[in-house]
Amino acid sequence: MKITLNLVLSAIAVVFALSGPVNAGETIKIGFAGSLSGDLASYGLPALNGVKLAVEEINANGGILGRTVEILAEDDVCKPEIATNTATKLVSNGVHVVVGHICSGATKASLGIYKAANVIVMSPSATNPALTQSGDYPIFYRTIASDDAQARSEVDFAVNVLKLKKIAVIHDKGDYGKGLAEYAENFITKSGRAEVVLFEGVTPGAVDYSAVVQKIRRKKADGVIFGGYHPEASKIVMQMRKKRMKIFFISDDGVKDETFIKVARKYAEGVYATGPRDVSKNPLAVSVTEKYKKSFGKEIGVFSLNAYSAAQALLNGIARAGTTDYVAVSKALKNEYVETPLGRISFDERGDAIGVGFSMYQVQNGEYVEL
Amino acid sequence: MEYFLELFLGGMTRGSIYALIALGYTMVYGIIGLINFAHGEIYMIGAFTALITASVLTIFGLNPFAILVLAGLAAVVYSSAYGFTIEKVAYKPLRNAPRLSPLISAIGMSIFLQNYVLLAQTSDFMPFPNLIPEFAFMEPWAHIIGSSEIVILAVTAVAMVLLTLLIKFTRIGKAMRATAQDRKMAMLVGVNINRVISVTFIIGSSLAAIGGLLIASHIGQINFYIGFIAGIKAFTAAVLGGIGSIPGAVLGSFVLGWTESFATGYISSDYEDVFAFSLLVLILIFRPAGILGRSESKKV
Repeated sequence: MKITLNLVLSAIAVVFALSGPVNAGETIKIGFAGSLSGDLASYGLPALNGVKLAVEEINANGGILGRTVEILAEDDVCKPEIATNTATKLVSNGVHVVVGHICSGATKASLGIYKAANVIVMSPSATNPALTQSGDYPIFYRTIASDDAQARSEVDFAVNVLKLKKIAVIHDKGDYGKGLAEYAENFITKSGRAEVVLFEGVTPGAVDYSAVVQKIRRKKADGVIFGGYHPEASKIVMQMRKKRMKIFFISDDGVKDETFIKVARKYAEGVYATGPRDVSKNPLAVSVTEKYKKSFGKEIGVFSLNAYSAAQALLNGIARAGTTDYVAVSKALKNEYVETPLGRISFDERGDAIGVGFSMYQVQNGEYVEL
Repeated sequence: MEYFLELFLGGMTRGSIYALIALGYTMVYGIIGLINFAHGEIYMIGAFTALITASVLTIFGLNPFAILVLAGLAAVVYSSAYGFTIEKVAYKPLRNAPRLSPLISAIGMSIFLQNYVLLAQTSDFMPFPNLIPEFAFMEPWAHIIGSSEIVILAVTAVAMVLLTLLIKFTRIGKAMRATAQDRKMAMLVGVNINRVISVTFIIGSSLAAIGGLLIASHIGQINFYIGFIAGIKAFTAAVLGGIGSIPGAVLGSFVLGWTESFATGYISSDYEDVFAFSLLVLILIFRPAGILGRSESKKV
């Protein structure tokens, strides 16, 4: 069934591809697909406004490749069954790239259509990990960190920067902590360069954690990745240090909290924790936020900056590639960095933005310092 | 073998803390047949008192040992006052009421004290100073047992011995045993049972306060909620050993501590509580009165 669907889609794609080569003088069409009405319009509309701002800015500077940029916006109401129609409509209107979709479910439903048409799609907000990681959709990119990005940055840091070989993954049995720990375990195993020597949950609020700490030592772990919140993290770190274990301790934004340092004091020194990257001081973000307010008379929305950055990245990719050809633009996206309100970003092999989302922090002299 | 020893000592440390709290449960139960659910909160208040005292004394620059002793004393006095007052306010008026009434009163007291500390202090975790210094001579074995664990084990042992002497050889101890055997009869032969009950609460609260101080110094943090989980575990230990029996409470606490520690060490900490409570169920099936508990003969 899937194969026949793909065949049909490819057939459609071929038809559109034939109408392909773009003549100079024509506009560059950037599609936008997302919820412009319905319950979740509050996500879609500000994102569209972000795209509008980015495009306005680029057109004011003479457009791209000497051509002006035009936005084709379509509503998918964040519903998968409508999203396929939205995608078909955008593709048949000849968009070169698309910013969207807003919701993970709708994005997933529509990707097959874009893939068949070789249209690059970049979502400002779809966080479902599988969208990029499944490898099924090489046309898909995003300017938001996926749900498992924290676990990924923890594992990347542990394996690539600290060069750990044996990692103990500990969690607090909660949704947040255990979810993170499971992603981390998965990434470590997949990396093939380190091994998970211990995967265990601890009971929050227990009197002490000495047994777990001894177990970590016994497994000869050279680092701990902990998924959970600061009360358990501080107890575990303190007991590790008191038992003279100097191994690395890496945790998440549940631990990147002032209380952790306040409670664990000198034992907190050297602990690593991921936390959301701070963009509030980025000059581009500040200017876009102001411009947004001036243009639309409202405060900036939750995904506006991500959408602005997506439009910027896509158009920059086309500019660098010198063409709207899918292969060339993909290459440009992966190789060229672009200055956006989210920082200086590029994309990895799977389409996740590098430089977006989480940073690694370390406790140094009693405060978290971004590494 | 070293690993076994580490788990053994870790379990024993945990068991000691449980024991210090469990004694309060079991003594009160032995004498007035009440499960004092506010007892975990006494432990928490002890830890908070110690924290406040220690913080003030640190400003005066006393040496750590003096701070430990004075903070311990303050915790004991303050917690005992709480234990004494709770009994007078919440349990004494209900002494002749049906058994459920003081139980509900105890639960109410527990909730009240938790929220009182929450409002008076903070809901956040507070750092607790390390009152027990690292012993230099222990350095080669520091990974097996730390100085605070040694102090916990030693203090618990001393407290047990003192308690045993008190109950076996003093007048008040004799009165306590008499009251536990038969309250009405003890009253008839001239034992001042109000005094006995008050003393029982004071002793239980003091032990809990010492436990609170030691564990807080060991793990380095406290908040208003620590008494709840510790209280539940200690209560479990008391039931495991046979509620009402003093050696039973101590034995039950160590058994519980070891079970948790070995379950974590050799199986998985995911199942720490599963093993602890499965053990409780098993023991209660085969010995309904607990390990050392005597099944109550019906008083005629």
